[in-house]
Amino acid sequence: MFKGNKKTLLVSAILFICLLVAPSFLPRFYTYIIASIYVTALLAMSLNLVVGYGGLYQFHHCAFYGVSAYTLALLITKSHVPFWVAFGAGPIAAALTGYLIGWFCVRLSKLYFGMLQISLGSLIWAIAFRWYSLTGGDDGIHGISVPDFISSTKSSYYFILVVLTISLVLMYIIIKSPFGTTLQATRDNPERCEAVGINVRKHQLIALVISTFFAGVAGVLYVILEQSVFPDLLFWVFSLEIFIMCLLGGWFTFAGPIIGAAMMVSLRTFVGVYTEYWTLVLGVILILLIFFLPEGIMGFFLDKFGAKAPNEDHGGTR
Amino acid sequence: MEPGHTITLAAVGSHLLVGLSRAMILFIVSSGLSFVLGVLRVPNVAHGSLYMIGAFSAYAVFTSIGGGSTGFWLALALAPLVVAAVSFVAERSLFCRLYEREHLMLLLFTFALMLILDDLVKIIWGAEYRSIMAPDYFKGSVTIFGSSFPKYNLFLLAAGPVVAVGLWLFTNKTKIGKIARAAAVDREMVGAVGINVSWIFAFAFVLGCFLAGLGGALMAPTVSITLGMDHDIIIEAFLIVTIGGLGNMWGAMVGSLIFGITQSFGVLLWPQFAIVFPYAAVVVVLLARPTGLLKSVW
Repeated sequence: MFKGNKKTLLVSAILFICLLVAPSFLPRFYTYIIASIYVTALLAMSLNLVVGYGGLYQFHHCAFYGVSAYTLALLITKSHVPFWVAFGAGPIAAALTGYLIGWFCVRLSKLYFGMLQISLGSLIWAIAFRWYSLTGGDDGIHGISVPDFISSTKSSYYFILVVLTISLVLMYIIIKSPFGTTLQATRDNPERCEAVGINVRKHQLIALVISTFFAGVAGVLYVILEQSVFPDLLFWVFSLEIFIMCLLGGWFTFAGPIIGAAMMVSLRTFVGVYTEYWTLVLGVILILLIFFLPEGIMGFFLDKFGAKAPNEDHGGTR
Repeated sequence: MEPGHTITLAAVGSHLLVGLSRAMILFIVSSGLSFVLGVLRVPNVAHGSLYMIGAFSAYAVFTSIGGGSTGFWLALALAPLVVAAVSFVAERSLFCRLYEREHLMLLLFTFALMLILDDLVKIIWGAEYRSIMAPDYFKGSVTIFGSSFPKYNLFLLAAGPVVAVGLWLFTNKTKIGKIARAAAVDREMVGAVGINVSWIFAFAFVLGCFLAGLGGALMAPTVSITLGMDHDIIIEAFLIVTIGGLGNMWGAMVGSLIFGITQSFGVLLWPQFAIVFPYAAVVVVLLARPTGLLKSVW
């Protein structure tokens, strides 16, 4: 299945080895930053599965991420289930929520899809924000104890890297599978797909469930890294940020969202050190990108260095 | 939920009035958003920031005049103009160059604008809480339905319909308003008859932002003016515009009424989860009428 060019595979392998040895050389703070890039990148990639490949206006993606994070946090702090059960329950809860919300959303199209999702997602946010006795309200839940083997920054880094790699491979397989190509067809021409007997809504719904499952994986990884959850994880502003990461890195490219996530997280961290006005810097950078790199960063490099150009016929837009 | 909490008729009446006055602010803000969405077809994410700038500008004008009744009215008059000026600069310098581009890029631009404006507000006014006072004759409350009701909310109740009628007259009776409505329906045709569509877009954008600023200035005396006040209003305005019908001004009115009233009755019925009610109402409306209650322009 990885029959793409060998160079890409080689570069990926070298990169992977670098990332494997990185924590041995880097200070703890940088290890933590890279790990949080991984988590954000996985979240952005899971969104790109439906936005870039499915052409759906998934406007409240972080709701599923938050559901998973809260599920894990609540199971650890309020019940005695083994860690691995709780760990698995997170993504499953996210996928179930995804199915439930998606079932309603796929009935609508484009902007209405997005808006219905924002209101349903905001319902979940409101519950997490207000149900003090269960979720701790706006304080969130802190000091969530995770098993010893992933409690240090370094060990959680490796755990996250392994889970991220497995998830990326799975997502890649899904995109290249017949299902993935059909999904892209429904994005580019839903009418024709309907005409040849493809159930467009069903494909969209399945894509949404898969995507929310991986968002859920990112959610549990977040808890492992931060050992806390708070309602901002489910707030729509964060959803918009993830959406922007996909656009920034270049949607319609597989690795684009990773670049977008890495950029957002490192900007926030490193510009945040020098000035509290890091969002101003981010805004200016975004405007420069819009004017000078319209295909996103990854799209630009693919264009420039001859690899397969991104699909010109963007179905995800109007 | 408070057990044994009985709902009196007086409480229903006063919550209805509070909901209605909240709906009027929501209408003023969301009609601006709807207008931009209708003509430019861009969900302007920065709309909430412009609302916040309206409130902060009102504060700035109010304090520099030294408060009082003159300060209040001057703030109300000038703050929306400040917002309009900001949006005009942003539109003519950058945004107007993007109209030919990918649609999501326009969305991305308004997001970038939101980030920049939010931080500019932080730089200029800082993170403290600010407030302004309504004139003396708007202070205190009157007794309606046997329960007290703030006078300022009565003023808001009147302001909403005035803006609605003004906006209706403007879009239906003036030439530029009609052109803007035509551009919302078919922009190529409007361009083909020799009208400069780019300026119509600029005009629609500035008018929409003006309304956001007006909403912010009107809201200023009733809330603490602070960073982050944009986040709630923008999402509410988007949902209102969607359930009302995209780009439809009366739809924005209907949506605002639904949102404002469910919100205040939520407070009456189940205070802890009051914010859940309007979102649930939106879900119900969208499931029943997927493209909004009134006809959308596109």
